[in-house]
Amino acid sequence: MEALVTFFEKSLAMKSVLMDALLETLTMSLVSTFLATLIGFVLAIILITTDKNGIAPNAYTYKFLDVTINMLRSFPFIILIIVLFPVTKFLVGKHTGTFAMIVPLTIGTAPFIARMIEGAFKEVDSSVVEAAKSFGTSKFQIIFRVLLPEAYPSIISAITLSLIIIVGFSAMAGTVGGGGLGAVAMNYGYYRFDGIYIFWTVFILIVLVQIFQSIGDFLYKIIKH
Amino acid sequence: MIDIKHLSKYFNNQKVLDDISLHVNAGEIFAIVGHSGAGKSTLLRCINGLESYSEGNLSVLDKEVKTLSASELNSLRSHIGMIFQNFSLLNQKNVYDNIALPMSVWGYDKDAIQKRVDELLSLIGLEHKKFAYPKELSGGQKQRVAIARALTLNPKILLSDEATSALDPNTTKSILELLQEINAKLGVTIIIVTHEMDVVKKVASRALLLEDGKVIGLGRIEELFLKPDEKMMKFLGEDEELPSEGANIRLFFPSNVSYQPIVTQMARELDLNFNIVWGKLEKLNNHVVGSLVINVDEQTANVVTHYLQTKTEVIWEIL
Repeated sequence: MEALVTFFEKSLAMKSVLMDALLETLTMSLVSTFLATLIGFVLAIILITTDKNGIAPNAYTYKFLDVTINMLRSFPFIILIIVLFPVTKFLVGKHTGTFAMIVPLTIGTAPFIARMIEGAFKEVDSSVVEAAKSFGTSKFQIIFRVLLPEAYPSIISAITLSLIIIVGFSAMAGTVGGGGLGAVAMNYGYYRFDGIYIFWTVFILIVLVQIFQSIGDFLYKIIKH
Repeated sequence: MIDIKHLSKYFNNQKVLDDISLHVNAGEIFAIVGHSGAGKSTLLRCINGLESYSEGNLSVLDKEVKTLSASELNSLRSHIGMIFQNFSLLNQKNVYDNIALPMSVWGYDKDAIQKRVDELLSLIGLEHKKFAYPKELSGGQKQRVAIARALTLNPKILLSDEATSALDPNTTKSILELLQEINAKLGVTIIIVTHEMDVVKKVASRALLLEDGKVIGLGRIEELFLKPDEKMMKFLGEDEELPSEGANIRLFFPSNVSYQPIVTQMARELDLNFNIVWGKLEKLNNHVVGSLVINVDEQTANVVTHYLQTKTEVIWEIL
């Protein structure tokens, strides 16, 4: 009984630290997902267009992007953050803190999102593209009037998945100078050995991921025909 | 309308189309027939430039397809509709938006699109499915929508690539009737690619037979099916087993005599017995035509042929 009371008293005292951390995690994840999706989308369109079965095949462009994306994706994320410190410092002015972490999060996940969106485009039945060509649709229109609407639900799924991965990455970023729930778990939970901090950060992360996944599933369900 | 001269296409150094020449007339239903891998779909796709060709000439609506720029090709394609085996509808768009797509791509205004789509919906008989999505439709309904989409821009030519191959016989029949209606009412020239002989017999007036990229037959349906040469016979898988003794006479019954009792009449008038060793009656393009092989003694063969020549309209040959 006494233990339970201590638990609640301690938890209540953590409230403001946890709330701030949650806000930082949300900022990092959502802004990074937004930026990484924009970059990933452009990369995916270049990939799908220059693919050997694409509407304007270009082996050199495809190969260059393909190798670059694979290279970026082979970095363990925590190493990538450190490698990108100079770039982050150049762009944001410093390499620690919530905003600074948006740089490695975006660069680290854009290639992943590019691959996911490329996959969503590839899922579109090639004969639909052929049909569109058969009534004289231009290449530009094929991308935006045929491929994009057909791939839309899968792209939403891809963004949901990426957002959840970025939440996980942002917690990792917290351990090397970023803010957010990861930093709280590290600084209070690990270094001060306070199990209650660990409990609450994990609990909040679980709830957060559940909410994101449910929203993603709901959106998919209403737009998928 | 479509003029193909000595067209050849190589794919990885392999000749997939070999010296093909043919002319498709305005307003006809023309069939390209062959087993899978014969090159028939490739030939069809050359017509609207979805495939390129290596040698020869292909002129569609007086334009040499090979020489067209991307935008000229797109404008030619707006005069050529196409339907596919797996319908190729956009699953994320409803029936209305699918049919409207070609017009909206070409920048027509909303009112014109609405008017045209409603016309087409009534032509294909799917007014009640206007806002349904493809997954709510049966195969036959999907193909109807695809046909409407192919007709949106008022094309002069409709290309059909195995459009009935994924459908059951009854649905196939109704789709073929729709194509015939479009051909008759709207005067659209239709080119059908199929491996189903029944489809060819039912709707086509002329056909091209392809095997390994080569033409093995070209002509009117009646001639192709009733007087098949050796290649054609092999193609149809009809190896007739005929007796080696006596004379085998093949009789062709054109559509105007196919219901007359010529054979029994001849037997009675000549007071002669003979064996019927092979025969078939077929409905081609709504005409019934027949072919029969009879076996008689060498000596009486002359009598029979003389009778056929003078008393009947039957075409015959001694095998």
